[in-house]
Amino acid sequence: MRSVIDILDLDVHELDALTDTALDIIAHPDDYADACRRKKLATLFFEPSTRTRLSFEAAMYELGGNVLSMASAAASSAAKGESVADTVKTVSCYADIIAMRHPKEGAALVAANSATVPVINAGDGGHCHPTQTLADLLTVRREKGRFGDLTVGFCGDLKFGRTVHSFISALSRYPGVRFVLISPEELKLPSYIKKDVLQKKEIPYVQTEDLEDALPGLDILYMTRVQRERFFNEEDYLRLKDSYILTPDKLKNAGPDLSVMHPLPRVNEISVAIDNDPRACYFKQVSNGKYMRMALILKLLKEAGTL
Amino acid sequence: MTVDSILNGVVIDHITAGSGMRLFELLKLDRMDVTVALMKNVTSRKMGRKDIIKIDADIPIDLDVIGFVDPGATVNIIKNGELAEKKSIRLPDTLKGVLRCKNPRCIVTTEQELPQIFRLTDPAERVYRCVYCETKAQ
Repeated sequence: MRSVIDILDLDVHELDALTDTALDIIAHPDDYADACRRKKLATLFFEPSTRTRLSFEAAMYELGGNVLSMASAAASSAAKGESVADTVKTVSCYADIIAMRHPKEGAALVAANSATVPVINAGDGGHCHPTQTLADLLTVRREKGRFGDLTVGFCGDLKFGRTVHSFISALSRYPGVRFVLISPEELKLPSYIKKDVLQKKEIPYVQTEDLEDALPGLDILYMTRVQRERFFNEEDYLRLKDSYILTPDKLKNAGPDLSVMHPLPRVNEISVAIDNDPRACYFKQVSNGKYMRMALILKLLKEAGTL
Repeated sequence: MTVDSILNGVVIDHITAGSGMRLFELLKLDRMDVTVALMKNVTSRKMGRKDIIKIDADIPIDLDVIGFVDPGATVNIIKNGELAEKKSIRLPDTLKGVLRCKNPRCIVTTEQELPQIFRLTDPAERVYRCVYCETKAQ
């Protein structure tokens, strides 16, 4: 049974095909309005989420399907101590496909190994969040018209930011990509990603702590939130949370074609005064995420023989 | 110091000096009710110093554990006092039930009945990572 746990579960041809499908859905939504009629998506969210859960649910409804979900992790059998494996085996009896978010890293793999229907990882702790990366990729394709030959800056929490790790892994498979990694010392990109992904593929990158200095050379700036839930120590979080704040003043240093992205939710790292700037793309990312989730649900249900 | 030859059993030889104790523990030899000799810092013409483990019993040995600790080690199966078989040792692609993931955020910390599985991700550096959370084995 094909599941998607990591963005690397999808090769570049599949990513291209998924973005093709998403663009076709955007152009011809009526053609897909009944594509998943009488099919059910179960959304198992063991960790708080607004946009990802609603995005999956909206995606399934727009495909003409139905959604099963639980009110919260506290209301699920997990609160009684049920294992992830038992939960997804049970839910597989009710649903045709599962989207799962869980606070523990690797929970999605455990689910995929036990479920009898496809599982989509909607985030497993700080590990992977492949559908956010799909949203990011469609945004790049729509804003830039290409995946390669881009200088992409990542700013903020590059250590715990799973969306950063996945997006870097995905973009690394395209030619001509360069990275500028902007973070405080404590939140630098983990060395294993630099070694296993960037250095192994000889992808050029620079590390800096200076956002304003890096801005002029960027095609894309991917801002991130310093996530309180990833810290064991509140003092460290408070010390680092305001490291980078993008303001209209700082954005004056950037080129006119820059695309500012953010996986959201933001706290204060992008000033609301930037929201109406034509370079701001983060709410477009939200919309693109729904279309890519539609494309992925369709693909996995077709591969499972359900459609 | 001399250790008697064994009649039926296993000799793990050419272990890098200093690795014998770790191998002894990972093979769980301390929990087996068999005669075992662990020799440390034995003089070796080829290696200078080496460790040797002799097990005086015909028991199954997890070659993946030996490959993980020391892919240069050799394993000889002894039957009736004679060399019956030389086992080839290589770095295993996967390790099951040998190491424990130390990442407190990993699913195996809360669901402890899950098998502990590590996969070889960098053969040159002998790096193994947890299949669930990708944390590097220590």
